[in-house]
Amino acid sequence: MKMPVPDQRIIANRQRIAADLRKIAPGEGVIESPREMSVFESDGLTAYRQMPLVVVLPETTEQVSQVLAYAFENKINVVPRGAGTSLSGGALPLADGIILGLSKFNRVLDIDYDNRCCVVQPGVTNQAITQAVQHRGFYYAPDPSSQIACTIGGNVAENSGGVHCLKYGLTANNVLGIEMVLVTGEIIRLGGKHLDSDGLDLLGVITGSEGLLGVVTEVTVRILQKPETARALLIGFPTNESAGNCVADIISAGIIPGGMEMMDRPAIHAVEEFVHADYPLDVEALLIVELDGPSVEVDHLIQQVSAIAMKNTSSTLRISNTEAERLLFWSGRKAAFPAVGRISPDYLCMDGTIPRKRLPEVLSGMAELAKRYGLRVANVFHAGDGNLHPLILYDANNSDELLRAENFGADILRLCVKVGGVLTGEHGVGIEKRDLMPEMFSAIDLKQQQNLKCAFDDNGLLNPGKVFPNLHRCAELGRMHVRAGKLPFADIPRF
Amino acid sequence: MGASETALAATIAGGLPSEIVGSGSKKALGRSTQSNSILDMSGFKGISLYEPDELVLEAGAGTPMSEIEKLLAKNNQQLAFEPPDYSKLLGSKKSGTLGGLIACGLSGPRRIKAGAARDHILGFSGVSGRGEIFKAGGRVVKNVTGFDLAKLMAGSYGTLVALTQITMKVLPAAATEETVVLSGLDDGRAIKAMSLAMQSSCEVSGAAHLPGAQTLLRLEGIRPSVISRRDKLRGLLKEFGAAEVLDEKQSRTQWIAVRDVHLLSGDQTHAVWKLSVTPSMGAEIVCRISKQLDAKYFFDWAGGLIWLSAPAADDASASIIRGSFDRGHATLIRAPESVRASVDVFQPQTPALAALSARVKASFDSGGVLNFGRMYRDQ
Repeated sequence: MKMPVPDQRIIANRQRIAADLRKIAPGEGVIESPREMSVFESDGLTAYRQMPLVVVLPETTEQVSQVLAYAFENKINVVPRGAGTSLSGGALPLADGIILGLSKFNRVLDIDYDNRCCVVQPGVTNQAITQAVQHRGFYYAPDPSSQIACTIGGNVAENSGGVHCLKYGLTANNVLGIEMVLVTGEIIRLGGKHLDSDGLDLLGVITGSEGLLGVVTEVTVRILQKPETARALLIGFPTNESAGNCVADIISAGIIPGGMEMMDRPAIHAVEEFVHADYPLDVEALLIVELDGPSVEVDHLIQQVSAIAMKNTSSTLRISNTEAERLLFWSGRKAAFPAVGRISPDYLCMDGTIPRKRLPEVLSGMAELAKRYGLRVANVFHAGDGNLHPLILYDANNSDELLRAENFGADILRLCVKVGGVLTGEHGVGIEKRDLMPEMFSAIDLKQQQNLKCAFDDNGLLNPGKVFPNLHRCAELGRMHVRAGKLPFADIPRF
Repeated sequence: MGASETALAATIAGGLPSEIVGSGSKKALGRSTQSNSILDMSGFKGISLYEPDELVLEAGAGTPMSEIEKLLAKNNQQLAFEPPDYSKLLGSKKSGTLGGLIACGLSGPRRIKAGAARDHILGFSGVSGRGEIFKAGGRVVKNVTGFDLAKLMAGSYGTLVALTQITMKVLPAAATEETVVLSGLDDGRAIKAMSLAMQSSCEVSGAAHLPGAQTLLRLEGIRPSVISRRDKLRGLLKEFGAAEVLDEKQSRTQWIAVRDVHLLSGDQTHAVWKLSVTPSMGAEIVCRISKQLDAKYFFDWAGGLIWLSAPAADDASASIIRGSFDRGHATLIRAPESVRASVDVFQPQTPALAALSARVKASFDSGGVLNFGRMYRDQ
């Protein structure tokens, strides 16, 4: 993985930088010993490691502002970090970069049931938000599988999804406002407890910007009352095609399930061996369809979905009658990643999204690729929204397997783009899919995105080396229109 | 598609400050642009892709909304954010296009449940102020590949990109709907009732409080579900007095009137403001304003959206209205052109945010070619 060449002058100044940062965040606010920094050297994409220059853990927005202003003045790179659960390397350190960790921002600031929202600091975990409001029957809807560990700040950076986002939306659809510090140290607020932020929808573009545009220091999220009931169907199919058609027919019937998940044969077998969820083993594809709402509605929809499943030649169909049973259906799906981890020393988790109906074609294409690369693949799939998670099994101890697995993964994502899909549905581009961006975007498309980056961070100090395959100087990007010798927007700083 | 993106790009690259026009139905919304030419987008029309089972529709920016809504309705689908039609409010005889809707980022009553226009745009292609044709986003719902420029388009009033093609997420339309009506509540009590309803699991998809003290709570879905939630909601709101129920037909008519602001559309001499505020603060804010001027108003979004008409003279009461709240924003939706030229139509921003906003504009349109001045005087 090619990363920006570290600036040796910055590295040579490490001790002075650490001392300066300690003036801003005293005591345990700065970590500089290699032993203590080692926990920061990687994130959820563990194949890549890099020791940071120094780690700073501020406690207040004012301190974040001072750290960024300091980095801005001294032209030092900054990598923001939440819990470090990114699967795409979004929080991978840089040798000449400060890790700005938000773990001390761990307080729920305000719970406001009247306005159905919570104001929290970015280091609060996703699940802690739900825990703070569940005694009143509320919850925070986006539920990435890392929700016990991942933080809301990281969720905003990655626009995280989860199994329920088909019906309840991604992070972007559930965040009402943020406080954010720009790279200059300026503090801005976007949105709040009211709906829609004023002016340009900067909140929309900052959500999912992978730490390239600023550092979020406070988040206002929407909370919802839990549905009255939730029940699930566990449906087995003889072919991937019939499962795919069943998904399309459910949506066509006007039903948006709370969750709709699919597993292919290798995933089913790995999972069943691990958690004994009583999954059928003689099927090619397994679908979990969860319906939630008032019980009369759920009962009605269960009948409808059952009929659709049977029409699509389902070979097994079970309906949860108790909460325990519903959780059992889910237990296998939720354990899919660790289950695959048991049958292979290592695996790579991919994250493409495709138009749902192209699923059978993509799965068979993947099977071909598996043969060509001599590697196994298991698939779990957020079937409702077309988000595919192929798990590529490999052994890092075999000399060329990581490289083969990465190439296999890249080919899968190329296939996703070819059928009208995208490189990443919820894990982010990070470093992992960075070099594949030109598969989806033209040079001009990418240039426009980088132009926007320049509007926020014209020295490219925030999380460089992530998302974009090439670093450009901002001045190269913008062809400035000068008419009649007059610069437009004469009061705007030039880059 | 009748028009050529390449020709549009060439025109924009010429660098002449231009106003982007679809059908022209929302010309009176926002500030007037400082331009000496018009980019007519009406040729970029037609629905190029509609796959009901993939919940996706792609159309030219100049496609009339009526055409899109007709096709969706035929398939029992809809744009869930309930696109409003402000033609009557703005005194326009024309109805709008998809591009205009997205550029102005307008959402209707269902916004409280289903999200805003920006939550339903998946991707687009268009021409930047540099005259470059580019695209962003995609045609699938779950997509975090690169910056979400699609959201940024919603509510940018054409100041960043001349949109040519837009991809939208569509959703099933509800099988039926009913509206529970509470009567006689003052603004404060009405907002409490709406808040309680919104805090329940009744999935209220519209919550408005109208003059004449009618508080409306809409329930949508399959019939047995609507009935069950209606009964539950009535029980929950017992303390607010007896509730009536509007049937499907009455409910639909009533919510179109709320959505399209018919209540304040009549008197074209008055200015109309749209305030987005913390919902529980709605009554207090209106109370502060009413002490200083004779305003007509109603609430949508469970109190979080205040539609308010005020005398159009001078600053259209901007200072009174904007002085009535700390957090939120007020947009001048209707006023004579001269007023819109002198008053901040959009909420003034802090210096740091205003400067960032100007840099974002410049990152798409450094020459100020597209709709210059439409949102802010100097952008």
